[in-house]
Amino acid sequence: MSKLVAILLAALASQAYAADTVIAKGKQVYEYWCLTCHGPELPGTMALEAKYKGSKPALLAERTDLLPPITKTFVRKGVSVMPFFRKTEISDADLDAIAAYLARNTSAK
Amino acid sequence: MKLPPGVTSKDFADALKQLEGAVGKSWVFSSDEDVALYRDAYSPFWGEPEERVASAAVAPDGVEQVQKVVKIANTYKIPIYPISTGKNLGYGGSAPNLSGSLVLDLKRMNRILDVNPRNHSALVEPGVSYFDLYRYIQEKGYKLWIDVPDPGWGSPIGNSLDHGGGYLQPMYRNHFDSHCGMEVVLPNGELLRTGMGALPDAQTWQQYKFGFGPWIDGMFSQSNLGVVTKMGFWLMPEPDAYLTGTVTVPKYGDLIPLVDILTFLENSGVSNAMPGLGSPLLGGFMMPPPAPEVTALLQKTGGDISSPDLQKYAQDKSVPYWSCTVKFYGPVKGIQAHWEYAKEKFSAIPGAKFQDGEFYKLPLTPEQFKQVHKPEFGIPSLETFSIGARSAINPNPSAGHIWFSPIIPRTGEAVLEANKVFSKAAKDFGLPVLSFSLPSTYWMRAFIFIFGFPITHDVATNKKNRESFKKLIQIAAEHGWGEYRTAPAFQDAVMETYSFNNHALRRFHETIKDAVDPNGIISAGRYGIWPKHLRGTKA
Repeated sequence: MSKLVAILLAALASQAYAADTVIAKGKQVYEYWCLTCHGPELPGTMALEAKYKGSKPALLAERTDLLPPITKTFVRKGVSVMPFFRKTEISDADLDAIAAYLARNTSAK
Repeated sequence: MKLPPGVTSKDFADALKQLEGAVGKSWVFSSDEDVALYRDAYSPFWGEPEERVASAAVAPDGVEQVQKVVKIANTYKIPIYPISTGKNLGYGGSAPNLSGSLVLDLKRMNRILDVNPRNHSALVEPGVSYFDLYRYIQEKGYKLWIDVPDPGWGSPIGNSLDHGGGYLQPMYRNHFDSHCGMEVVLPNGELLRTGMGALPDAQTWQQYKFGFGPWIDGMFSQSNLGVVTKMGFWLMPEPDAYLTGTVTVPKYGDLIPLVDILTFLENSGVSNAMPGLGSPLLGGFMMPPPAPEVTALLQKTGGDISSPDLQKYAQDKSVPYWSCTVKFYGPVKGIQAHWEYAKEKFSAIPGAKFQDGEFYKLPLTPEQFKQVHKPEFGIPSLETFSIGARSAINPNPSAGHIWFSPIIPRTGEAVLEANKVFSKAAKDFGLPVLSFSLPSTYWMRAFIFIFGFPITHDVATNKKNRESFKKLIQIAAEHGWGEYRTAPAFQDAVMETYSFNNHALRRFHETIKDAVDPNGIISAGRYGIWPKHLRGTKA
């Protein structure tokens, strides 16, 4: 029994490590591609401030409601003057990581 | 999937297989979902049958792979359309001129091959962005500035090949002028290096532009004669300091000597950063709005900025008609002396007044960094998108924009005349009447107006704007003013206006195109240059 618990704990730890790694990568990719417009006082942030008028954080990295499909839709479809991004810019793996990073504070994942 | 014109689905499928062999399966994009990412996000034909869309895309990782792609394209006569970072928004984005073209996406070729901190140059691949180059230089601690356009996510190679500009000293501000040497994959797959690069083992590829014999670099800009895979650029050494000063002049007619003196100062090298013209009376871009009395007078006179009533208002209230902010990079004592000299020259205009502006010893402090217009300090940024993005004053943003950008003479008379012409045209076309606009000063020797047309996802609005855009091209040309750059949707219309001697220039382009690219595979139609088999069917 104790051996089984140890295996399960090890598996969980491994999953958590993998998730942390993806989130860390997501943060890195987010800062490379997104922060230049979605950083403090930048156009993407100001646009969201104008849209949500304080009902949600204007900084994407502070949002708590960004499920991965939402992030992926905006990156691949664009919105307003924000264009969509090609896979040579943000690969599917990188997009998964960005989505995981922005969803890290979202409870209903 | 849209097929390339004249290519069978079997041949295209075979070609895609070969492309997968050349670059790897994961770097050939042919699903509808992936190919949609190559649409021009700011297409003026968005969602219409005429929208220019790709058939597929291929993303090589190096010059040898580019050569293989070009050879496969020749075999199957598939038109290919190279892009660098694909961020030429407002001038075409990543979509081809000819629908069904295979986009050759060079984004993966993102190596910074050399930065020379002693002689201030760089050699890069097409997928390198201004942000990439800036970050590299910062990491290395080099005291070098790169001349960046307003959106910093573009490619130095792509931007310079499309004749983009920036904000630093004039010798860097014109990005094509500041390049030094290129490597090109020709339409037959052969590799060419220009300038000193043609000399094997040359030590001076990024130091002397011309090499030996005819200088052909210009043939690869706004063109379709090859795929540029490397390009050198001259960089600006970080100056000691930056200084600005503003002169204001009181009368309507003062614009003419104001421009002439500014031109003298720039052509003499005294003012060596990008100056800015403004009107304290009329307001406008980057200026406080005009007084309500001024707005009322303009409405009363149908926008006549020369009306006696307006001139009297300016005189009575001591509101200057015009301003010019001159800017200087260099050693502290030198730029202060240059500003003093500029004041002496502008004092020839009666009533000229002066105000000292910004002064920074460089590098900028973190606080200064936040406040400045970053491209004027060689710093890439996306802050310019605050103009079009949603904001408190723009709650319903458009889906993008295209730029109408004619070159006009560098005189006050031309500025005044162009405003009359374009304001009348705007009224005639039912466009929002343009407020008085002053030109941008990117280029030495000439002015440029840059008017934004919004892009929407409404077909009727886009159609109306396209028609107005084409009429503006024609009206400008009738006055001797030509577009310097435009989106694929309008490249035929603009090239049509460069018609001296029965289109001798276009016919020359076509002669070269036919000789160098007989299968017409590279960027068919780019800048109005079509391969023989498509000529006459598109323009």
